[in-house]
Parts: sequence; C-alpha cells; structure tokens
Amino acid sequence: MDWLELVWLFIGFFVANVLGYGGGPASIPLMYREVVTNYEWSTPTEFSNILALGNALPGPIATKIAAFVGYDVGGILGALIALIATIVPSAIALILLLKVLQKHRQSNVVKGIGLLVQPVIAIMMLVLTWEMGQSSIASIGWIQSLIIAAIAFWAMQIRKIHPAIVIIVAFAYGGIVLPYF
Amino acid sequence: MEEKRKSGPYIQLMWGMMKTGILGFGGGPSVIPLIRHEAVKTYQWIDDDEFGEILAIANALPGPIATKIAAYLGYRIKGVNGAVVAVLGHILPSTLAMILLMSGVYFLSASPIIQGMISAVIPVVAVMLGVMMYEFGQKAVKGLGVYLGIISFVLAFLLLQVIEIHPAIVIIVYLTYGTVHFRVMSKWKAKRQQRGEA
Repeated sequence: MDWLELVWLFIGFFVANVLGYGGGPASIPLMYREVVTNYEWSTPTEFSNILALGNALPGPIATKIAAFVGYDVGGILGALIALIATIVPSAIALILLLKVLQKHRQSNVVKGIGLLVQPVIAIMMLVLTWEMGQSSIASIGWIQSLIIAAIAFWAMQIRKIHPAIVIIVAFAYGGIVLPYF
Repeated sequence: MEEKRKSGPYIQLMWGMMKTGILGFGGGPSVIPLIRHEAVKTYQWIDDDEFGEILAIANALPGPIATKIAAYLGYRIKGVNGAVVAVLGHILPSTLAMILLMSGVYFLSASPIIQGMISAVIPVVAVMLGVMMYEFGQKAVKGLGVYLGIISFVLAFLLLQVIEIHPAIVIIVYLTYGTVHFRVMSKWKAKRQQRGEA
C-alpha cells in the first residue's frame, strides 16, 4: 500500500458521501460506483457481502462500509481515512450552518425557519413510519407487527420505559421466538 | 436519571451516542428517534424545537445523517473534542464489529436468529417514528395555526410522495419560505385590519 492509495481512499469516500442526499442508505449506490467500478477495491460479490454484513449489524451503514473497505485497502490508517472522508465534511457543514442560525436566534427570519421545518419533518416521519410498517408486515405479517407495535407503544408512551429497553426486549423476542415460527 | 446527570459531559456524550449506535438497526433514519430521546429527554442537551431544526438542516445537507447529528450535538456541548467523542461513541462499536466479523459474514447474514432480531425491532422503530411524526405535527399546527398547518402538511405530502421531489429540495423550499413567513403574516394581518376598518 502506498500513500497515493490513501489519497484515493479519501477522494473516493468523500465523493460518494458528498453526493449522497438523504443519509447513509442513499449513498450506497454511490459507494458501489467508487469502490467497485472506479477504484476496484472490491469485486461486486465482495461488496454485496460487505453490504449484507453491514445490514446485519447496528449503527450507520455508510461508516460501516467505509471502515471495512478502508481497512481492507490500507489497514487501520486506511479505515481511519475512509471514515474521516465519510463523516467530517458533512459534519463541518452542519456545524457551521447551525452556528450561523444560533447567532441570529432572536430574528424573525430564523424563527420562521424553525417553524416551517416542523411540517416537513412530520410528513417525512409519516412516510418513514409507513415504509417501516410495510416492511414489517412483509417480514412477520400484520398480526405480529401490530402486537409488537401495540406493546412498544404502551411501553414507551404510557409506561415511559426507555426505548433502549424496549428494543432489547424486541431483539430477545426476535432472536428466541421468531426463528421457530 | 439523576445519576446520569452527575457524570461528566464527555461520558454522557460517549455513552448516549454509543447507545444509539448499538441499538439502531436499518441505518440513519431508524436511529433518529433514539438520538432524539437521548438528546432531548435523557440528557436534555437541547429542546425539541432545536432538534427539529438540526434534523431538517442535516437532511438538507449531503452525507450520512446520524453521524452529522452526533457531531453537532458533541460540538454544541463540548466543542471539537465533544464532536469527536460523540461520533466515535456512535460508530466505534459497529465499525469494530464490522471489521472483526467479516469472516463470519455468511453465517451472520443468513442466521435466522439475526434475521428474527431485526424483524422484531422494525415495528418498534415504526412506533417511534410515528410518535415523532405526531409530536412534530402538533407543533406545526400550534405554530402555524390549523389552516396553514394542514395546508403545509398536504403540500409537503404532495411534493414528497405524489410528485416525488427530493426531500432536500422540499426542505430548502420550506426553509426559504420560513425566512419571510413572519413578514408575510404581519403584512397579511395589516391588510385585513385595513379592510376591517374600511
């Protein structure tokens, strides 16, 4: 491995993520283009294995792919560089933009922005809820989905149990009960 | 809750973001309600309005969502060091697991136990997203009024789902109108008052 390869790692993951709007999942095809087509760091089969493992593990998907490919190409240093290229540019952009907004917190312009943000988020969450519901019904059927959802709602909204605990219980149920039904 | 608030800010950031990184399956979107819970309810780093702004602007920018939000939360509380700690907490466990487990890829992704775990968590995520939708919807109606609130929902739905415009563009359009919203409202009110007097 040489230094040039590390530079390419940075550029490849920077390009894939800076062009990907809509979070990690949206940049998967872009990463494929850089990792498989452009730089040939992995074969198509390897990439789909990486993706399969990434989906079986928790946490953001883009960073998992970057870390793995980076490690494969350039060891720990490679993983670090691919991760920095994935995370840092967009994080800095967000921090700078929000800093400007914080400074003008009292102005009506910024207040209006804060207000108009809410309906869009509500509708985006509606769409996500709908998609999650559909994928749940597709994988475990609507009866089980509805029962789990009802229990989760009761636990989190009425009993105010921490979501972490609810998720761990759901994991346990899914790991112990679902494989046999 | 009390004990958590006593621990130092770096520990809070690291632990809070680590929890969201470990429990969030399915990439960025499913992690958002978890991050909101830690940031707004458990540790009270920010309030819900600010979280909404962060989320919207994060969505209007490219790149992974969850790491951007983690970095900003860290930065907001403890500057650059905080941002580094928050991001590391969020990605480190899954990143290490990814590199260590690659040899077991076939076993893991084909395992019915892992598949079952992921399937059982999806309805829980759906409920969290649904609750978030309701709460932001409520706030929108409170701030914009019932009529304008409903119009803004219908318009956002049409743009996002029917015409299928990219969310980043829809957000930018709404935010752009947001910059002049209060001016428009005061002008409109003044006009109505004039008409009322005449």
